[in-house]
Amino acid sequence: MDSVTSPSNSALRKTPLNAVHRRLGAKMVNFGGWDMPVEYPSSGGLMKEHRAVRNSCGLFDVSHMGDIRIHTGNHVGGALAAVQHLTMNDASRLAIGQAQYSALLYPEGTFVDDVIVHRLGQDDFFLVINAGTREKDISWVRDNTRGLDCKVKELSDDYTQLAIQGPRAVDVLQKLTNANLEAVRNYWFTHGTVCGLANTLIARTGYTGEDGFEIYLPSDVATSERVWNAVLEAGNEFKLVPCGLGARNTLRLESKMALYGHEISEKINVWEAGLERYCHMEKGDFIGRAALEKARTGGLQRILVGLEMVERGIARDEYRCFNESGEAVGVITSGSPSPTLGKNIALAYVPPVLSALGTPVYVEIRSQRCRAQVVATPFYKRRKKAIAG
Amino acid sequence: MAYPKEYRYTKDHEWIEAKGATATIGITDYAQHELGDVVFVELPAAGTKLVAGKTFGSVESVKAVSEIYAPASGEVIEANLTLQNKPETLNSDPHGAGWLVKVKLMNSTELNSLMDAAAYEAYIAEKQKEASA
Repeated sequence: MDSVTSPSNSALRKTPLNAVHRRLGAKMVNFGGWDMPVEYPSSGGLMKEHRAVRNSCGLFDVSHMGDIRIHTGNHVGGALAAVQHLTMNDASRLAIGQAQYSALLYPEGTFVDDVIVHRLGQDDFFLVINAGTREKDISWVRDNTRGLDCKVKELSDDYTQLAIQGPRAVDVLQKLTNANLEAVRNYWFTHGTVCGLANTLIARTGYTGEDGFEIYLPSDVATSERVWNAVLEAGNEFKLVPCGLGARNTLRLESKMALYGHEISEKINVWEAGLERYCHMEKGDFIGRAALEKARTGGLQRILVGLEMVERGIARDEYRCFNESGEAVGVITSGSPSPTLGKNIALAYVPPVLSALGTPVYVEIRSQRCRAQVVATPFYKRRKKAIAG
Repeated sequence: MAYPKEYRYTKDHEWIEAKGATATIGITDYAQHELGDVVFVELPAAGTKLVAGKTFGSVESVKAVSEIYAPASGEVIEANLTLQNKPETLNSDPHGAGWLVKVKLMNSTELNSLMDAAAYEAYIAEKQKEASA
């Protein structure tokens, strides 16, 4: 059998909670240069972690994510204009205290990275970026804001970021903060005292398709470990478990949330990725807009679809897809068993002609072509409960 | 979980138990633990010839595919079909009900180059030390 777990490597970057993960006996992997927990046997493993998040709650260390603040200081200036220039969503629609999914684009209309933009103030924005693209993103933002009236500050190493996810996440976190979490709507944030830490950013965001929160803490080891343990203890009555990147991936895949380097990349444009909802062409010019305008009229070569395996077999990242006549037509971007659905699911780029629901697509799994079919996405959608206010 | 004394083990974490000219092959407890929840097992049909050191099937967890390598050369007599519907048996009983294939051995002296239980336990202890270093 091939080895799954890679030995620890001192060259890898570590979050402030690395020692905690190792003490818990987590299986560690190299994720984009980071030494990260993929699953915790002490939590019962990936499947149990996944189900804990769908049914109750789970805790993730996502401190590898990067952060960039773009602001103008104490005066009204060009930070909004800078964010509008850099990102595809319309940041002017954000109220202070609100966040949005967005992306940094190349002039070609393809992805530098996807980001969450938080509006901290009139001219003050906080962008959460991917771990593997940190350096590229920060250079991109600096290079493309030269001459604009704003300051760009990288804060990636200043924060420990915890994600508390699942239908009971609100109950867990409410035990640890004075902020009224019920009043924080999906994709909004507030500041409150968490475990005695005043003015902590608490955002109702996540990457699991469930309700949940992401909190941003000072990144020193003592504080990080103290809050991590406090969340575990507060979550005890709700059977909260620590969750690794394995469950994070299956959760986001079921919810059809894009992963950089898979569904989105420097080679894939916004229309192909099906992210037009988050792209506001009418807001004015932004990097990538002209190319997207052109691509829209030119017609698409490929689009992202959801697949479900009909025959036995699990489609995996980068497996090739074929049509009924045996022609190579596309590629799987992410594929996995779905713990919630009990089926083998995947996302794939295929020509638009193959995108109708029910269309057969054949996935090449170790030289055998296994039948799959196009299905509606997201594969899983949580039931929204009515939130007061 | 104890590693049966009568089995022989490979560096790739397969075990083989020979009884005369036939043998049973599986993956070790260490291997199933490394994999995590097993969700899919692909095995060769009866009659398939296995070559020592070459891959003959695969075991999939939620997150990864792992090839399985033949500890010895032989011809498959029977594949464990219960694993098709209950792949989790590999996690719960890797050295027993989670066996993969039974084979007719070509050359039972091939087993002499494999590790015994004590050597295998020492080998994985070293692996675990590396992983937590």
